[in-house]
Amino acid sequence: MKARIIISLKAGVLDPQGKAIQTSLHDLDFHTVNNVRQGKCIELNIDEENEELALKNLRRMCEKLLANTVIEDYSIEILD
Amino acid sequence: MKAAIIVFPGSNCDRDIKVALECSIGAKPEMVWHGDSGLPKCDLIVLPGGFSYGDYLRSGAMAANSPIMREVIEATRRGTRLLAICNGFQIATEAGLLPGILMPNASLKFICRNVLLKVESVKSDFTINYSKGDVITMPIAHRDGNYFAPPKELEYLEQNNLVAFRYCDSTGRPTTKANPNGSAGNIAGILNEEKNILGMMPHPERVVDSRLGGLDGKVMFECLLQQLS
Repeated sequence: MKARIIISLKAGVLDPQGKAIQTSLHDLDFHTVNNVRQGKCIELNIDEENEELALKNLRRMCEKLLANTVIEDYSIEILD
Repeated sequence: MKAAIIVFPGSNCDRDIKVALECSIGAKPEMVWHGDSGLPKCDLIVLPGGFSYGDYLRSGAMAANSPIMREVIEATRRGTRLLAICNGFQIATEAGLLPGILMPNASLKFICRNVLLKVESVKSDFTINYSKGDVITMPIAHRDGNYFAPPKELEYLEQNNLVAFRYCDSTGRPTTKANPNGSAGNIAGILNEEKNILGMMPHPERVVDSRLGGLDGKVMFECLLQQLS
């Protein structure tokens, strides 16, 4: 199974990188853009018996390593 | 006093802290590779500065899950002192040994310069020989030193005197201008509740010799020698 995990900053956490990207977009005349937030996308293959078990382990991976839940949220999508 | 310095792939301040401990207090620290199982018996463990795992994913995230860290965590539960410097502080927060997280500096720049620190908590083996309110000088060299914790945790730190060092101006005031990285409450270093773990972004191992610009770090190592011998 292929899975895609999106890790994003929690609302309210300051994102200077997002702000820098927004400034650059404005410099390129994309003035309709605001509230840019930068996150991470991790894709992986996971070899589990079934989707339920895969999701359970993927959640554990997120909690243990892939996301820092002090400041990040995560969402998991099974792609295949 | 027996000390062990954990070396991760990408650590680069491990030899600095070894030399600092040797020169300032005559210690003979043991270097412990992160993949080893078997932490030597010691009074002090150091998580050194550097770029463990290239800061990939998040600074300190993968080092925090290194094989040796299980024993490091157990040792701290038994009361072994842990000094977590810079990347070490990041590793300690990721490992859950200290609350909060070190986020990218507000300026997004890597900052490498001396800063002034106000000594806040002197009730620890790391800080007992400083005086509360002392303004000391130490260098910082980091891009992800912006300390953040949820409001309740910050409040807990403040109320329980667990902030060890705060960025300040020459008169000891924790002003915005004196804060190099946007850290909440100008926090530069914190203690855990039991006060056997100190995490700090500045580098005390770089101020142990007047030829290197100062002696304010030497005080910390002398505290540890005194308290742990």
